Amino acid sequence: MLEIKNLHVYYGQIHALKGVSFVVRKGEIVTLIGGNGAGKTTTLKTISGLIPLKEGEILYQGESITGVKAHDLVSQGLVQVPEGRHVFPSMSVQENLDLGAYTRKDKKAVKEDLDKVFHLFPRLKERRQQLAGTLSGGEQQMLAMARALMSSPKLLLLDEPSMGLAPLLVREIFNIVTEINSTGVTILLVEQNANMALSIANRGYVIETGRVVLEGEAASLAANEAVKKAYLGG
Amino acid sequence: MAPLCLIKKEGVEMGLFIQQIVNGIALGSIYALIALGYTMVYGIIRLINFAHGDIYMLGAFVGYFALTTYKLPFGVSLALAMLIPALLGMLIERVAYRPLRKAPSIAVLITAIGVSLLIENLAMLWFSPDPRPFPQIFPLRPLELSGIRVSIPQVIVFITAVILMMALNFLVQKTKVGKAMRAVSQDKEAASLMGIDINRIISLTFALGSALAGAAGVMVGVIYPRIQPLMGVMPGLKAFVAAVLGGIGSIPGAMLGGLIMGLTESLVTALISSTWRDAIAFSLLIVILLVKPTGILGKSMREKV
Repeated sequence: MLEIKNLHVYYGQIHALKGVSFVVRKGEIVTLIGGNGAGKTTTLKTISGLIPLKEGEILYQGESITGVKAHDLVSQGLVQVPEGRHVFPSMSVQENLDLGAYTRKDKKAVKEDLDKVFHLFPRLKERRQQLAGTLSGGEQQMLAMARALMSSPKLLLLDEPSMGLAPLLVREIFNIVTEINSTGVTILLVEQNANMALSIANRGYVIETGRVVLEGEAASLAANEAVKKAYLGG
Repeated sequence: MAPLCLIKKEGVEMGLFIQQIVNGIALGSIYALIALGYTMVYGIIRLINFAHGDIYMLGAFVGYFALTTYKLPFGVSLALAMLIPALLGMLIERVAYRPLRKAPSIAVLITAIGVSLLIENLAMLWFSPDPRPFPQIFPLRPLELSGIRVSIPQVIVFITAVILMMALNFLVQKTKVGKAMRAVSQDKEAASLMGIDINRIISLTFALGSALAGAAGVMVGVIYPRIQPLMGVMPGLKAFVAAVLGGIGSIPGAMLGGLIMGLTESLVTALISSTWRDAIAFSLLIVILLVKPTGILGKSMREKV
């Protein structure tokens, strides 16, 4: 579904990604784990077209999307939930969700998706008229994910969905990620919470200073001594 | 017939006062229309578009040529005076501001001043610097409302301004494109992740703001029938003050700020002296900003289109 080949990205003089390559197959949950500044978010932003790349190729559904602008990818089903939620604070929950469906013209299907999203996140339904900026962190994360689902994604890029959330809420969010995946949405998940990420993922890649240093089945990564030591707290 | 003779003698002072309020509202709705363009553009790309007052001047000239040279009806002339400035606003954004999207804001600001001077001088070259009389389409005969004289042009200006502002409000609050505009003003990156083409929305914002300024140009021709190429300088500055006064980035703020500016000017002219008009109007800005730096309806941190 998604194939990343030898991605090089610079921020000014800084060589942020030094040849990242990986594959996400249809229906999978794949996670990129690694420390702060390893290049995980940069990788996602490059895929979704927010950051230009210097070298390499991105194939989505067999076609090159290298250099395609972010706003043109949404209608192709490639949708990113940004780090730090980025909900529109001065707009209501409902308006945020409407914006998620911005590129869609099939009104009937959008309405069905709205019902599905409210089923998945009942708390958002209660708060649909509330301004997004007044929601709690967990609710904002749910809104950011719900908003992305409104665009009817085929491949969802999730950037640090657990950031700043209480452990109980993290579990809830991850359960929802699994549920979204079970409806046929492929997921690429970037996480610092490697434990959680590996527990729901099929496969994982470990990124360090702009390079993939390790890859494998989620279970075998979770059992790997080096990964345990570096990212799983022992 | 002299206007004040119609008012009973003991009512003269009060009558004059209310008369000036009527004048102030008419003038204020023109400032409000211009201020909206400043505030919308600021809301979306944090730029004070100093060429905005000149767009308003061009609106007046498009209206003038449409009405005189081409003898078009008023409605069509007004539409053209909105459409042509709208296209011009988009062109200016595309050519002068978009290439500087990532440049320091001071560079963009100086470019805006440059664009303003360019338009003013081209206008003097093409239209000649001499003032021209704006054709009087509406009868100057005043309407009498319990002693207060309201001229028909004033009523037309006020009603047109209200209709345009209601239309803008509907567009921004209720339509898909309005939601996209608010989204871009709140968070550009997230907006593009929704599939919103940010450049298109910015372009559209310039078009809308410029169309309103163009309409204001025609409105001012209707009330004060003299137009010339530098007519946009002072109203442009005052509308900018009005936008800041109301809270830059806020649409209701621009409307309110415009009205306050118009009323202040009109009342100062009548009650004190016209020499003090601008001094007091700008002092008002200083006072309000000292008390509330974000403007009357402005919010810190959160910004609306």
